[in-house]
Amino acid sequence: MTAVFLGIPTAPAGVGHLRGDRPFPDAARDALRDGQLRANLGHATTTIRGKRAGVVAEVPDWAQLREAGRALKAATMARLDEHLEELERQVTARGGTVHWARDATEANEIVTRLVQATGADEVVKVKSMATQEIGLNEALEAAGITALETDLAELIVQLGEDRPSHILVPAIHKNRAEIREIFARTIPGVDPGLTDDPRRLAMAAREHLRERFLRARVAVSGANFAVAETGTLAVVESEGNGRMCLTLPQTLITVMGIEKVVPAWRDLEVFLQLLPRSSTGERMNPYTSLWAGVTPGDGPQEFHLVLLDNGRTAVLADEVGREALHCIRCSACLNVCPVYERTGGHAYGSVYPGPIGAVLSPQLTGVEDNASLPYASSLCGACYDVCPVAIDIPSILVHLRAEHVEAQTRTTPEAAAFRALSKAMSSPRLWRLAQRATGLGRFLARGRPTLPATLPPPASAWTRTRDLPTPPRETFTQAWAREHGSQEGRA
Amino acid sequence: MRVALFATCLVDTMVPQVAHATATLLQRLGHEVVVPPGQSCCGQMHVNTGYRREAVPIVANHVRAFAGALSSGVEAVVVPSGSCVASIHHQQAAVARRAGEHGLADEAEALAARTYELSQFLVDVLGVTDVGAYYPHRVTHHPTCHSLRMLRVGDRPLQLLRAVRGLELVELPGAESCCGFGGTFAVKNADTSTAMLTDKMANVLATSAEVCTAGDASCLMHIGGGLSRLRSGTRTVHLAEILASTEESVTPQQGTRPSPSRPTTPTASA
Ligand code: SF4
Repeated sequence: MTAVFLGIPTAPAGVGHLRGDRPFPDAARDALRDGQLRANLGHATTTIRGKRAGVVAEVPDWAQLREAGRALKAATMARLDEHLEELERQVTARGGTVHWARDATEANEIVTRLVQATGADEVVKVKSMATQEIGLNEALEAAGITALETDLAELIVQLGEDRPSHILVPAIHKNRAEIREIFARTIPGVDPGLTDDPRRLAMAAREHLRERFLRARVAVSGANFAVAETGTLAVVESEGNGRMCLTLPQTLITVMGIEKVVPAWRDLEVFLQLLPRSSTGERMNPYTSLWAGVTPGDGPQEFHLVLLDNGRTAVLADEVGREALHCIRCSACLNVCPVYERTGGHAYGSVYPGPIGAVLSPQLTGVEDNASLPYASSLCGACYDVCPVAIDIPSILVHLRAEHVEAQTRTTPEAAAFRALSKAMSSPRLWRLAQRATGLGRFLARGRPTLPATLPPPASAWTRTRDLPTPPRETFTQAWAREHGSQEGRA
Repeated sequence: MRVALFATCLVDTMVPQVAHATATLLQRLGHEVVVPPGQSCCGQMHVNTGYRREAVPIVANHVRAFAGALSSGVEAVVVPSGSCVASIHHQQAAVARRAGEHGLADEAEALAARTYELSQFLVDVLGVTDVGAYYPHRVTHHPTCHSLRMLRVGDRPLQLLRAVRGLELVELPGAESCCGFGGTFAVKNADTSTAMLTDKMANVLATSAEVCTAGDASCLMHIGGGLSRLRSGTRTVHLAEILASTEESVTPQQGTRPSPSRPTTPTASA
């Protein structure tokens, strides 16, 4: 039999939340008009940005730590297959069961089957990006299983029938008053005198969740890290709700992207320093839960680990883009991004928003399915600066733009223009001619210092909000040659 | 020192006064300036929009244009634009190599090693911070993203501005935030770009500065274009223009356009 190689599969369409239904510029346009959203985001990102900067500045060897994180990730990815197999061996040896899921559909099927096998019709969930990515809650619901989010922000999103807009604080787009309103409307039997005091809100959620923790038989989690040499899974969190899920139920199912593996126990030393300072701006996160397999008489007696690919192997195959797999989901890049700060996460259409989302989502789905995302950045570089594992996000964005351009089979007007410009810019003679075309601008300006505000597209996209200067009569190089004679012979 | 000036496509075509100012400044500091006539563009816009293949001949043209200068005793190429220098340092060789043009990549690397952003050239290569300039205006400085984060020019522009006689330097709040230009980003994501520009302008205007300066004509064209649209009195002026000004030659009209037409000499009625 001959096999035709069709490329490494990307995340399938129609399942999960990696694709938006509109291009970024359109979704952003609406978000930018939402004044409340802008205010909430501006406030939240500014606060968390300041906290992060403060606690990072107090670590004298942050640069070395960051380099260690980068190097560990790069080395791990180079032998990802070996580390995953070692992880499987160690988890199995400690009484866990490992499942391999090629994509979202397979992962959802595996988890649904595992839950059904326990007879439960309800699961409690630890905040997890992987399960958001694959749309697990919807898949469980379709099978008649209720999934209850227990992370406070994730619960707010779930109760509000909303979508997460941030990878760490999914409800970052809501303020206290809005959260109070959601709780008052959706939590049965909630105190009618509930105020928007953060403590009161947290207590209301706690009461709502407590009873469910106690009756839950199955929990579903993600993982921040998985240590291959010991088979240990790690979840870091702030609230302790995650730990309740990880310890109380009989059965624990963890869904983890294959890139989360680290080879050795001591690698955690680096990442557990980098992660909390970068994400919540804390020196250490309040809860770090670590477990390996099952321990008789203590915690869940059944443990399943679902290893999720869903396009990750395709990302790994791209020499430039694979760095995106180093991400430890700290969200620092979102918090400093001037685009994210203004548009919020929903505009990206994927559960992974912000700078990392703009490089990860298009790679997981194939760039043509998220073609507007690599352009959703001014390439200011703030993301690269704060990334605790030094992912060069701007370079990956530029690379993906080229992948998109090179994937076109027909010549777009833009491509025609850029090709013509390339021809002109690579020939001094043609370039001088092209520069002369700016005379058209002077004609349109009719003696005024700026061009008319109403130019046809694509110039209109500029002139709608910004003036364009009237081009000068003579370029610098022309004037210089006129005044100094041509330096052709000398230079 | 013999110095070649790379004006950049934008400055050459749209704001030639910035290149004139750069040349004037370097000459005043006692250096010989040459302007290789074959120069056009560094290729950044092509690379950053996804046309990295089409950027290769532009890189080749750039290398060709400056090869003669280097072989005729030019020791440094000076550029009044942080982002073009960043592209020359970080992108040119890479796109050439990706296209299999290793010879070109090596040449681009060699040229990049002698290519400097203006403030880096002045402070690091020439070792001057006081260039003898006089500029009696209230000025705020926007440290453009690529100068700040790719070239790491740090406070060099501020060192230069602090030494300018008559200049009152005011700190720009939120200085390190992007102005929203981002090349074709300003057009492809015009709304988001404008939202970023609005916040940048609010900060500029909050300083009550007469002039907002920077080392990148492109960002200044963006900020200046917004300020001009708002009919704000604050104008944008490139760092080179400020540093080129002296008591003998103050040009009140200068400004990285658009600048309102105004009489060349101050009116006596004030
Ligand atoms: S890309 Fe870097 S900064 Fe952004 S979430 Fe991932 S680890 Fe954090």
